[in-house]
Amino acid sequence: MTEQIDKALAREYEAGFVSDVESETFLPGLDEDVIRRISGMKNEPEWMLEWRLSAFREWLEMEEPEWAHVDYPKIDFQAISYYSAPKSMKDKPQSLDEVDPELLRTYEKLGIPLIEQQMLAGIAVDAVFDSVSVVTTFRDKLEEAGVIFCPISEAIKKHPDLVKKYIGSVVPKKDNYYAALNCAVFTDGSFVYIPKGTRCPMELSTYFRINEQNTGQFERTLIIADEGSHVSYLEGCTAPQRDENQLHAAVVELVALDDAEIKYSTVQNWYPGDEDGKGGIFNFVTKRGICHTNAKISWTQVETGSSVTWKYPSCILKGDNSVGEFYSVALTRGRQQADTGTKMIHLGKNTRSTIISKGISAGKSNNSYRGLVRMNPGAKGARNFTQCDSLLIGDLCGAHTFPYIESRNPSAIIEHEATTSKVSDEQMFLCRQRGLDPEKAVSMIVNGFCKEVFKELPMEFAVEAGKLLEISLEGSVG
Amino acid sequence: MSNTNSLLTIKDLYASVEDKQIIKGLNLDIKPGEVHAIMGPNGAGKSTMGYVLSGREGYTVDSGSVTLGGQDLLDMETEDRARAGLFLAFQYPVEIPGVSNLEFLKASVDAQREARGEEAITSAEFLKEAKIACKQVDLPVSFLKRGVNEGFSGGEKKRNELMQMLLLKPKLCILDETDSGLDIDALQVVAEGVNSQRSADRSFIVVTHYQRLLDYIKPDFVHVLSGGKIVKSGDASLALELEAQGYAWLQNAPAEDELEG
Repeated sequence: MTEQIDKALAREYEAGFVSDVESETFLPGLDEDVIRRISGMKNEPEWMLEWRLSAFREWLEMEEPEWAHVDYPKIDFQAISYYSAPKSMKDKPQSLDEVDPELLRTYEKLGIPLIEQQMLAGIAVDAVFDSVSVVTTFRDKLEEAGVIFCPISEAIKKHPDLVKKYIGSVVPKKDNYYAALNCAVFTDGSFVYIPKGTRCPMELSTYFRINEQNTGQFERTLIIADEGSHVSYLEGCTAPQRDENQLHAAVVELVALDDAEIKYSTVQNWYPGDEDGKGGIFNFVTKRGICHTNAKISWTQVETGSSVTWKYPSCILKGDNSVGEFYSVALTRGRQQADTGTKMIHLGKNTRSTIISKGISAGKSNNSYRGLVRMNPGAKGARNFTQCDSLLIGDLCGAHTFPYIESRNPSAIIEHEATTSKVSDEQMFLCRQRGLDPEKAVSMIVNGFCKEVFKELPMEFAVEAGKLLEISLEGSVG
Repeated sequence: MSNTNSLLTIKDLYASVEDKQIIKGLNLDIKPGEVHAIMGPNGAGKSTMGYVLSGREGYTVDSGSVTLGGQDLLDMETEDRARAGLFLAFQYPVEIPGVSNLEFLKASVDAQREARGEEAITSAEFLKEAKIACKQVDLPVSFLKRGVNEGFSGGEKKRNELMQMLLLKPKLCILDETDSGLDIDALQVVAEGVNSQRSADRSFIVVTHYQRLLDYIKPDFVHVLSGGKIVKSGDASLALELEAQGYAWLQNAPAEDELEG
């Protein structure tokens, strides 16, 4: 059976093409001057530059974390270019007609048409290409509802009060090594503000694409849901197939004020490297949200790409009765390594959190769940439920679980369930005996395993995610 | 023994599991519409026969030939054998958590239709057929939404196997001890389901330990499998004889076509 499954798993990376776009790219290297130039390219106000520089100085004093269950060569931060933008973006196209058609074609090829007539109704997209946002669709319609959805570089200029108040408020500058680096050099990303009592009329999504060689992508996303508001947001990511590793170090901050709800979904499909582990994206990401009273943040992630993933979307449950959720599917194959999970920090009374993590390991990959559930002294009556399931395909891969549980309130209840299973010979035989080929059989079994998480995704994307797993597991993709 | 009208022809079949030879010189010829019962003591190779015919990995054919509808069965992949009309009802059906019965069945039916060059069945049409099949095997329609065999009782699993058979409409059904673990009511449901599917172009191999099932599914032929080959064949009355006398008298008797010691 192993041979059949290996064959079924040998995948082609469909998003691995390179777009022929003339770009303006900084020479590799990182110092204060580079940060000044990034800030200058974006015409940022002085306070933003100062913020970046102070983060950079903190970063210089910090050490690269080594506690994760991943193994990769030391990153030479001076060999990375920290800014790259298509030349055509320099004069800020005012409408879609002025955007370089090659850029539009890139997104079309990835299944993200940016022409509004062709788009999925009800989904607004911010398309980020290397270091800049190319276009944000449906902005007028959103503005009518009072929703702000724009590149963060624009928000810094147009909505400085909101940005100043919230940036770095959930993930402090020196939170960790990669977060500090991001604070210093972040280039673009999305900014969302949902006004009080507003239900965002559309799904919001950002599509990140790395194109240039030797560049890092340092995107920054800030979502603020004001009191009683509601928003559902999705991000997708792809990159060309290259032999060198590329660094992606993002920071995402979510602020859910009283009675607000944020649903944040990720479909991560960065280039994972080849069979032998050559190339691929280092995906070192800090994502965290804060929930005020009665607020709710729900993270859903489908992680199939990247050669190394280091990512823990977390919730600080500050307000009483607030709710945090984390639903994750992480698939690793070839030589991929993933160390992912969540942190649920219960501060308020009667706070609740749910963690459902599904790890699928194949090939010679390593897949680790790392999760922290902390009940602080004030978390009276707080509850957590964690379910952590691992599925092994073949016998050369690894699945690991590192749960950290800290309870400082005797009335808090913490439940943890974990299982490990294999795609069994019996299951494969049953499927094939009914006429299914091995590829279809594996993808069906894996999709079944992930069902609890997929049902949390917005409908359009649940189908996408299922397909993505299918592609990831397919042998002969045209 | 072989005949151009045969659906299944097994000739001098030798097969092993993990280097241990279990099937040792099996010969069997089945014509369309016939029901053959295979009986025999534990370890005779009854289940192995089903696995070898359906192409389960780990089961190797050492020598001999098998044709299904004139095609060389042993040369085909497991899924191609299924698409050619071979169906195995499992003795211990496995669970596939999270994959709904309906989804699994539709994918199976579609895979088989595609192999025949037919279009995929529409969801509405399939649901209609599946509901009828549920009724026939006395399973609530809600089972279509549940994960494949997930949390099913033993009897429900067996009826679920039968439902799959009804929907896939195979040419050759191998029922591997489908009666084991069934109470008398469930046994009758299963037998009725099988009987309803008997037709001139569908044949059955009914593997069973006990004569009981054969009270409900009347076989055309009964064979005794012992030591990896058929040591005695007869009509339905042979099953009654076995019920009365056990297998011991046959195990010690030399086979009619004994090939090696």
